[in-house]
Amino acid sequence: MIEGIFVEGLIYGIMVLGVFISFRILDFPDLTVDGSFPLGAAIMAQCILSGTSLSLALLLAFAGGVLAGVVTSLIHNHLKVPNLLAGILTMTMLYSVNIRVLGNRANVPLLNHDTVLTKVTELLSGIVPDDYILLVFFVLVAMAIKLLLDIFFRTDLGMTIGAMGNNEQMVISQGVNPMTLKSIGLGLSNGLVALSGAFAAQYLGFADVGLGQGIIISGLASVMIGEFLILKSNRIGVLTLCALLGSVCFYAVMYVGRYYGYVVNMTPNDLNLIKGVLIIILLVLTQGKKLKKSAVKTVVKND
Amino acid sequence: MIELKNISMIFGQGTVNENLAINGINLKVNEGDFITVIGSNGAGKSTLFNLIAGSITPTVGAISLNGADITRHPEYRRARFIGRIFQNPLLGTASNMSLEDNMMITRKKGFKWLKRSLNSRMREQFRGELVQLKMGLEERMKENLALFSGGQRQALTLLMMVLSRPELILLDEHTAALDPKNAQIVLELTDRFIREYGLTAMMITHNMHHAIEYGNRLLMMDKGEIIFEASGEEKRGLTVEKLIDKFHQIRHQSFENDRTLLADD
Repeated sequence: MIEGIFVEGLIYGIMVLGVFISFRILDFPDLTVDGSFPLGAAIMAQCILSGTSLSLALLLAFAGGVLAGVVTSLIHNHLKVPNLLAGILTMTMLYSVNIRVLGNRANVPLLNHDTVLTKVTELLSGIVPDDYILLVFFVLVAMAIKLLLDIFFRTDLGMTIGAMGNNEQMVISQGVNPMTLKSIGLGLSNGLVALSGAFAAQYLGFADVGLGQGIIISGLASVMIGEFLILKSNRIGVLTLCALLGSVCFYAVMYVGRYYGYVVNMTPNDLNLIKGVLIIILLVLTQGKKLKKSAVKTVVKND
Repeated sequence: MIELKNISMIFGQGTVNENLAINGINLKVNEGDFITVIGSNGAGKSTLFNLIAGSITPTVGAISLNGADITRHPEYRRARFIGRIFQNPLLGTASNMSLEDNMMITRKKGFKWLKRSLNSRMREQFRGELVQLKMGLEERMKENLALFSGGQRQALTLLMMVLSRPELILLDEHTAALDPKNAQIVLELTDRFIREYGLTAMMITHNMHHAIEYGNRLLMMDKGEIIFEASGEEKRGLTVEKLIDKFHQIRHQSFENDRTLLADD
């Protein structure tokens, strides 16, 4: 059971890294995520059914997400649509696209098909105890992605993207087109989200157009939990680690809610309500923290 | 260098709020010029800078840089040649990044690629440049800019902009948000950098003493027009009283009500 919590947290953790990029680094509240997550799942499912090589399938899922992110950024940049609305537009359009990708169905089961997970289980059985194979695999995948992101955001391009999220005028003054940076950032973010969706579909054993519902809220809650739990820092390595740990914590809470919620008469249908309440509580708590800090500052200044 | 031909800017054209912000301005900035721009609020000084920098496109007229027409070039493309500092000291630097990262980003204009160029040699070079500010910032290269004061950040913005060697720099009341001491430091640095690096500059100021003291040309703006210009010998002979008289002669009205223009500090 305990490994199940971690596996779920790590799979969705890839998505949380994507949400972290758009919300925190780009300062772009991107709702495309609700559409790009099931898009990744749908592409993966269709590839598995059609017998495409699994690594190519993962790559296609990632590319699909990148495309979705770029569409949002194009709508926002060139039609001057506010960022929230641009995301909602793409998300809505993706709902239809996802059903098309799934072959005009809303749900495609993947049981009894070879997936990345069954391959990995075959490969690692004997080396790692059976119960922990998926855990080990996803720790490796999530850490690899985290490290790649850390490296990316330490490059000149990555740092400029970070600067844009903080101060767009500064980037313009450097002769860089902020539209290009937004496209790159949103593409990367949604690519990761779709990749996460691809893994989720294989883990759950089906791809469903409804998979993405409320994903953005889960992602945001995870990012906030990560920030709340761990010391404030501006080192990218710490920040991405916070996002992953936040995801593990969040999905642990959800896991407990799903399996033991009946004790307090809670059904899985109540989970979205719980997610929302959790975010509100976190907002209140972080604001309390900030207020305390600024109070300390004024005291120091007066001295 | 840069030339403005018959530039007019009308905001809200065709609406009841139609506003002629710039009215047929012609201006030629020569290489090595340091132009100070004065005028009351609403005279069109900042609009003029926005037009030159490219944040807005003129309704009528053309702007050319070294002979090439740049009237329709977006701001980020012009930024390769034009450096700009705003009144708000937070606009020139990224608060959530360290000093050395900020310097790395502003070191060179143009698109950045997937390489990691910050190395120890570059840090050493940054350190050497920071010493010029005499603020001890060379010891704080790993600190976040959020921890720096407005004056320090404005001085940094100035240094970083100068190091990227722009052909023209626009200073939009860049000392107005600072306390008098820091404003003086930043202004002196500005003057020193412009001379040392042989820069071409335009500076908006509300302080008539500064407008007279610094630079080799002076523009007085009112209601979207350049109403008076002085350079060389004529500018050196100016005093605040003469400028006020000049305004009176041209506009046949007193601007004594306009306190900002008369401000002494």
